[in-house]
Amino acid sequence: MGKLIVHQDKVTDIAAMVALCPFKALEDNNGKLEINAGCKLCKLCVKKGQPGAMEFVEEEAGPQVDKSLWKGITVYVDHVEGDIHPVTLELLGKARELADKIGHPVQALFLGSGIGDKAHELLHYGVDKVYVVDTPELMDFKIESYTAAFEAYINKVKPSAILVGATSVGRQLAPRIAARFKTGLTADCTILDMHDNTDLVQIRPAFGGNIMAEILTTNTRPQLATVRYKVMNAPERSEEAKGEVVPLEVPADKLKARMEVLGIIKKEKKKTIESAEVLVVAGRGLKKPEDIAMVRQLAEALGGDVACTRPLVETGWMEAAHQIGLSGRTVRPKLIITCGVSGAIQFVAGMNNSEQVVAINSDPEAPIFKVANYALVGDIYEIIPQLIEKIKQGGALA
Amino acid sequence: MEILVCIKQVPGSNKVEVDPVTGVLKRNGADSKMNPYDLYALECGMKLKEQYGGRVSVITMGPPPAAVVIKEAFAMGADEGALLSDRAFGGADVLATSYTLAQGIKKMGKFDVIICGLQTTDGDTAQVGPEVSEALDIPCVCNVAKIDKVEDNNIFVDMEMANEFEQLKVQFPCLITVKKDINQPRLPSYKLKKATEKKEIAVYGLKDMEDQDKKHYGLSGSATQVQRIFPPVSDKEQETWEGSGQELTDKLFDKLKQLKFIS
Ligand SMILES: Cc1cc2nc3c(=O)[nH]c(=O)nc-3n(C[C@H](O)[C@H](O)[C@H](O)COP(=O)(O)OP(=O)(O)OC[C@H]3O[C@@H](n4cnc5c(N)ncnc54)[C@H](O)[C@@H]3O)c2cc1C
Ligand SMILES: Nc1ncnc2c1ncn2[C@@H]1O[C@H](COP(=O)(O)O)[C@@H](O)[C@H]1O
Repeated sequence: MGKLIVHQDKVTDIAAMVALCPFKALEDNNGKLEINAGCKLCKLCVKKGQPGAMEFVEEEAGPQVDKSLWKGITVYVDHVEGDIHPVTLELLGKARELADKIGHPVQALFLGSGIGDKAHELLHYGVDKVYVVDTPELMDFKIESYTAAFEAYINKVKPSAILVGATSVGRQLAPRIAARFKTGLTADCTILDMHDNTDLVQIRPAFGGNIMAEILTTNTRPQLATVRYKVMNAPERSEEAKGEVVPLEVPADKLKARMEVLGIIKKEKKKTIESAEVLVVAGRGLKKPEDIAMVRQLAEALGGDVACTRPLVETGWMEAAHQIGLSGRTVRPKLIITCGVSGAIQFVAGMNNSEQVVAINSDPEAPIFKVANYALVGDIYEIIPQLIEKIKQGGALA
Repeated sequence: MEILVCIKQVPGSNKVEVDPVTGVLKRNGADSKMNPYDLYALECGMKLKEQYGGRVSVITMGPPPAAVVIKEAFAMGADEGALLSDRAFGGADVLATSYTLAQGIKKMGKFDVIICGLQTTDGDTAQVGPEVSEALDIPCVCNVAKIDKVEDNNIFVDMEMANEFEQLKVQFPCLITVKKDINQPRLPSYKLKKATEKKEIAVYGLKDMEDQDKKHYGLSGSATQVQRIFPPVSDKEQETWEGSGQELTDKLFDKLKQLKFIS
């Protein structure tokens, strides 16, 4: 904790200081440099500003949390009617790694109704204890009931850190818990590490992914972080089950909610470009609508799906549901091959988190090459048909 | 029906870069706008008002210039607006932001339904809504894909989950966060803009709050601390290949094989 102080006499160039702050928190108030409410205390102005102009003073430390009272890395088990979401296993793998660094146990918290027998499966993924609250009150997700059960668990077990999958449930449950315990929560972490003093190192993209921020929760416990699916690696399932399942009772009156679930509507399972692991993208480099067949064949040969840029939707060559980009869908497949796509910012915004980007474009200056792992300067009409042919032959040989 | 919408001013573009040499953040385009997700929240508020009567208020926390998003909300039809602004609120993380908003909301009055956007384009956490609901001790539903109706002090909504929609009946007062496909936000009206040009915006600082303990606001009230910011290190390979169509095809084929996309 602390605050920034401006030493006006050391400020030699107000405009430069104002320009320095990425959060527009420094203002020129009639020749006086002032800090406004936008300040995020990144302390950039202290480090990079005119020497001595800005000072960071530590505030007198308030009561310190006794970190030794909080033990264990807990993973919240995300599931739908007992079917465990794979992000849970990924988090268990990470939790084990973090826990081993500080000699803590790994716990899992499983909340639901009729889930008892599913809990044992988790014992194959390196967890020490699986705490289970299994009661009809937790049948469907109601935030108040789930928060109450979670709260009872935290009060009993006192875990140091809690990892939650950034799913539709996790994304609302984690903040509710964090606010209840007046503690920190970091959303969508991409890297997690552990300090010796049990502070969880949380790294996440900020500002739409252009910048990374390292975040600590230094004086409250438990520490909460959410992580998206497919960010961490799931551990191998071990043959042997280790650890134990611990039932936890929470009185029914504590699980009351001021809402009622009236019904559940199953979503129709549509194949969407968001769920494809491989995408081949058609751009305006295609000369006529019939050529989409070529792109489709490549996609099929790779077991993937076809997507497109906006102009192809506008001309009616492809359906809107296949459009990637700012005004289309956001995708992050394992492999994306763009064919005759220039790489306009509105397009790139929808695909730049893809794992492997292959771009085929005849223009060596095409902006798509900036985001491509493999930039093929060439003609799609030469490369794609040959590639399809080769894959077909290769497939026959294998 | 008393409706409150939480709106936030965000940078107009996310194009910030870190200068690799100096480590200084470079800001491109200094323009700001209303968080696009909040437009859907506001539209939900307007639709509820049109259907069931009542008023739509908006609240935002931010530096003084953030008042422009309240003006924008007026031009879309909002009736009241409050800006929470104070040096003491600076440096707030989700916990402190939500607490401050909750305090500000109490100051503004009593609301039946509070509506938040799903997330912001700068904070991008989708956490502020549920944390506000906890601070106010009211029920909350996130990811609302549809508002069905309002009846006897309950709101009926569909919450989108991974494989299903949960149909919920939620008691007033409550908070919901809405998805962006829920509606098509209206454009600000020029007439309303003119009519509300001089409309007052309440500005509240720490001294107006029920809880005036500085330690609960801004950086002091934040549980998380940003240790450092740095440019993402790309561990991605980047290669440019040139050559004949045949050469490029062969190279790509081998690479796809190596990456195990073809067997
Ligand atoms: C508000 C807004 C939102 C938008 N949203 C989206 C969006 O969501 N998604 C989207 O895609 N666009 C969007 N756009 C449009 C976007 O700006 C671009 O216009 C669009 O992405 C360009 O599509 P393209 O790359 O297919 O076409 P072009 O830009 O025309 O590029 C075609 C490319 O093909 C290459 N080429 C031509 N022939 C060959 C060949 N034989 N072999 C190899 N390469 C060849 C050319 O060198 C060129 O680079 C949006 C625009 C605005 C203003
Ligand atoms: N400073 C703020 N002022 C008002 N509302 C906010 C503020 N920050 C966040 N919100 C609301 O909370 C939602 C989620 O924000 P976030 O958690 O930052 O992604 C936004 O869509 C707004 O409705």
